[in-house]
Amino acid sequence: MIDTVLDILSIRKDFPILNRKVNGYPLVYLDNAATSQTPQKVIDAIVDYYSRYNANIHRGVHSLSQEATDAYEQARKKIQLHFNAAHTHEILFTSGTTHGVNLVANGFGSFLKEGDEVIVSALEHHSNIVPWQMMCERSGAVLKVIPMNLEGELVMEAYHELLSDRTKLVFCNHVSNALGTVNPIKEIIEAAHRVGAAVLIDGAQAAPHLKADVQQLDVDFYVVSAHKMCGPTGVGVLYGKEEWLNKLPPYQGGGEMIAEVTFEKTTYAELPHKFEAGTPNICGGIAFGAALDYMNAIGFEAIAQYEHELLEYATKELLAIEGLRIYGNGKEKTAVVSFNIEGLHPYDIGSILDKLGVAVRTGHHCAQPIMDFYKIPGTVRASFSFYNTKEEVDVLVKSVKRAQAMLS
Amino acid sequence: MGIKEIQEEIVDEFSMFEDWMQRYEYMIELGKSLPLIEEQYKTDDNIIKGCQSKVWVHAELEGDKLVFTADSDAIITKGIIAILIRAFSNQRPQDIIDADTAFIDQIGLKEHLSPTRANGLVSMIKQLKLYAVAYQTQLN
Repeated sequence: MIDTVLDILSIRKDFPILNRKVNGYPLVYLDNAATSQTPQKVIDAIVDYYSRYNANIHRGVHSLSQEATDAYEQARKKIQLHFNAAHTHEILFTSGTTHGVNLVANGFGSFLKEGDEVIVSALEHHSNIVPWQMMCERSGAVLKVIPMNLEGELVMEAYHELLSDRTKLVFCNHVSNALGTVNPIKEIIEAAHRVGAAVLIDGAQAAPHLKADVQQLDVDFYVVSAHKMCGPTGVGVLYGKEEWLNKLPPYQGGGEMIAEVTFEKTTYAELPHKFEAGTPNICGGIAFGAALDYMNAIGFEAIAQYEHELLEYATKELLAIEGLRIYGNGKEKTAVVSFNIEGLHPYDIGSILDKLGVAVRTGHHCAQPIMDFYKIPGTVRASFSFYNTKEEVDVLVKSVKRAQAMLS
Repeated sequence: MGIKEIQEEIVDEFSMFEDWMQRYEYMIELGKSLPLIEEQYKTDDNIIKGCQSKVWVHAELEGDKLVFTADSDAIITKGIIAILIRAFSNQRPQDIIDADTAFIDQIGLKEHLSPTRANGLVSMIKQLKLYAVAYQTQLN
């Protein structure tokens, strides 16, 4: 048993999907970095919304619309408190992290001119590289990359050398999705601010495991997705400092985002509505609030401590397998183990694991530059959540050994 | 032997197995007998898109028959392409174009047939048939 204050077996009962069998075996779900599973309380919030008060928000005078508006705005408040934002209107609902990144990239693009520089890290997800490439192509700005080392950590000396008065924006993930490395974002933000650059942090992989305090970090923008933290897909949040959100031009035109419209001129709505054109994912936003309630009731400190134990145990057990190599051995990591076995293709291992009911991710994890760095086609990635158990780690290890025997 | 007969033979072989492990083990075995593509043809142009692993396929006309060679960096994928090539290689292009692929379902690999599966079985079949179409046009 792992020493924890959490009652994992009772937590598991909150997740109906964990009772499932896959290919005749009990599901061992270790693809949490791709999406987390949904507790009954969040499922209930979704059902409750559609059963009792489904209505469009912010406009209707009728009771249902008021109720839905209240619930949606309460969720925004919960998210504000969770990330310790200074104002509720600094929390913008998005369709997810990618949307948030694009919103900032698009708005920021209008400030950039030729010769300006944007810095991204080598540990990025594709969704974090492409928007900046597009933005740089449009504006003539130059994209610079913070290199990584063999341990899967950012080379901070190189980062400090890249910074100059030409740097306008720095973009980095809080935690790498492919390797689980926790990046030193506090240092990254402070250094960027010293040269007057803004910082956008992708918190998608961090938010399920640790609580970010946006004021303490002094970060300019922070983006997350609900579905990685027990919430539904298709909804996320962009936190932005008020001063930045006021400066950025709106991303999409449409209903909700306007104050006054004539054919001569449109004035935009106040924050956050300026960036929330059209009918939002109302139910998703409310369910995101319910997911945060659920996770906070368990407690992020206990979650982080337990997941760390799982990571240590899984790392130790997996490394005992002959020919197994783990990619990403940074000092600070979330519960992600990205590995390969000598002579075997990750796809083959993943296929056999699936047959044994173990769900992992295989491939390049949308982070091809990292795979190119290690000169590998991809990895097998097992990513853990607080509802996973030590026994499930044992099943993973046993299944990997079985796959190895079959494939060699 | 015609494509249909070969497919029946493969279905027959797979029907002996009781569980997925035996089927996979046999598939891996079949991968080892795959007529390997010559190194010079292992180019990016010959990689089949839509697979998580790399699959190269080369086709050459010998007389009026189309002969396939292939390789993959993943063992299971190698097994899958080996099964397809066993059924389709050394056949007339028109027969390949007309061939049915329901036998995949019958050998218990149905899950691989879904176009959303990352192994790209659907892309592989499409690629073999595209070669057949190209060479059929040449023969006409």
